[in-house]
Amino acid sequence: MTTIDKSGLQIPVNTSPKKPPVSVLGGFLTVLTYLITFIFFFPILWMVLAAFKTEQQAFNIPPVFAYTPILDNFRTAFERYLPALTNSLVAAFGSTLLAFVLGLPAAFALAFYTTKRSRGVLTWMLSTKFMPAVGVIVPLYLIFKGFTLFGHEFKLLDTQFGLIIMYTTMNLPLVVWMMHSYMTEIPYAIFEAARVDGAPVWLEFFGMALPLSLPGISATALLAVIFAWNESFFALNLTTSNATPLSVFISTFKTGEGLFWALMSAAAVLTVFPVIIFGWVAQRQLVRGLSFGAVK
Amino acid sequence: MTAVPLTSTPPRPKQGFKLTPSALIWPALLYLIMTTQVPFFLTVWYSFFRWNLQAPTADGSHPFVGFDNYVNLLTDPLNLRVILNTLILTGGTLIITLVLGASLALLLNRPFAGRALLRTILISSFLVMPVVTAVVWKNMLLNPLFGFFSWFVVEFGKIFHLVITPVDYLSAHPLATIIVMVSWEWTPFAMLILLTGLQSLPDDQIEAARLDGANNWQEFRYVVLPHWTQALEVVILLETINVLQVYGEIYASTSGGPGIATTNLPFSVYQRLLQEGNVGVGSAAGVIAVILTNVLAIFMLRLINRNTQVGGH
Repeated sequence: MTTIDKSGLQIPVNTSPKKPPVSVLGGFLTVLTYLITFIFFFPILWMVLAAFKTEQQAFNIPPVFAYTPILDNFRTAFERYLPALTNSLVAAFGSTLLAFVLGLPAAFALAFYTTKRSRGVLTWMLSTKFMPAVGVIVPLYLIFKGFTLFGHEFKLLDTQFGLIIMYTTMNLPLVVWMMHSYMTEIPYAIFEAARVDGAPVWLEFFGMALPLSLPGISATALLAVIFAWNESFFALNLTTSNATPLSVFISTFKTGEGLFWALMSAAAVLTVFPVIIFGWVAQRQLVRGLSFGAVK
Repeated sequence: MTAVPLTSTPPRPKQGFKLTPSALIWPALLYLIMTTQVPFFLTVWYSFFRWNLQAPTADGSHPFVGFDNYVNLLTDPLNLRVILNTLILTGGTLIITLVLGASLALLLNRPFAGRALLRTILISSFLVMPVVTAVVWKNMLLNPLFGFFSWFVVEFGKIFHLVITPVDYLSAHPLATIIVMVSWEWTPFAMLILLTGLQSLPDDQIEAARLDGANNWQEFRYVVLPHWTQALEVVILLETINVLQVYGEIYASTSGGPGIATTNLPFSVYQRLLQEGNVGVGSAAGVIAVILTNVLAIFMLRLINRNTQVGGH
């Protein structure tokens, strides 16, 4: 920049951006990357390996690396985890569905019928994420314990519906933000043309906005399911026996049964892998969703 | 079936057209108000009363006690320790994940064979359910007798003729161990966002810098870093909010112990509410957690914005 002759000298030596030379440093950095990745993945790998061992092998010191894999743990774990799996599926998919039913129309209105308050509404919705769950749990717990409405007694504590309500709260801002972000990418001219032709609002919504943002819907739904599936605060505070999802089921392994490592690993693998595979498939959208569309 | 399309009115006047669609916001808005704002105001309200489910007053009333619950919370050194734990856990995790996540992002931004695969494998630990992380780390890795990590450290020491006695890390260094566990989960998050931030940097900017004779450091400092600040901003803000709320990892590994060594604010609220039935003090602790989260989030935003202005876009 300042000394022209210096930069002139450096060009032939320094810049070959098209074909980087295979240097010792480059090789070292690649090996380092592989090593760090292995270390990071190791706890998961160790859990998967243990899931196929006998209890004795899972416990053995020095650790057993070569063994004949067995499936017994999965059989036992699956039977025991079935009720929790049902609760998790209902809570995760139920809340995602409800979040979309509420969130899609809102995102649609915010994207195509902007008013001077739209920006404020979006920001406010995001700001509900600044509200930690502990800031609402006490009254929610008391209300969920039982309340009377129109002469009927309602109890939401330890019900699947109670979990759905809270997971919807958790995912609704995400759905509105992501769907708003995807919908604003649809060319506005299409909607103007439709309006000139006198298309009613419901047709704009169901006939155009929804089909055109379908990839966004699937990516957002995937994320919402992952968040609800992995949630543990509301699960541990609002359910006790009937509606306990997988996070509560797994936490029973922390004591008492803590000595059945192979069984615990099998249950953990069954719990974790649906989500890991979802996440692997959706990695591109993961970034956008995790950053609320700020990083694409 | 009247022939609606044929006899239909001309495009409706603007007023009716505009009013209906904007109303579509209301179901979502009302839902969020009902499930976040209303309970929060109730939390604030409850925090001014002496109210214990397990020790009700004789007539079942909840006497108004003003700021007593807050005074009790903030003058008890044990509770100050809980707040300090929360801050150390969040700050420690933030530093570790930023350093590791940024390094991994830079490493994965180089062209080499298998880099997409490594990226995919690396995000796994972020996707693992926190409760699973806790039980697997606590038992299978860190158990002093049978844990893999404990065995590995001893064997590794032998290479250098060191005699290492494995300890129960969750009892000996509880908070540090929790920080490592939480960092393991959140490093992929930082890596993923930071890597995407790096990859959105146009190649011609780097080439231009090289043509101007910038060395590697200058290239990083004046071209990459200013572009990177938005991604860094997102990581810092979202991690702060989320790590302040860490709960499952603690619940399933140490239960806040030994003593209160790993009790953070969320876990403390859980103890007040479900173990002690103390609605008043639990609410006050919840309010403190909300204030702390928002103060930290705003502080972080300010800090980032100031640094962004120096870097410039």
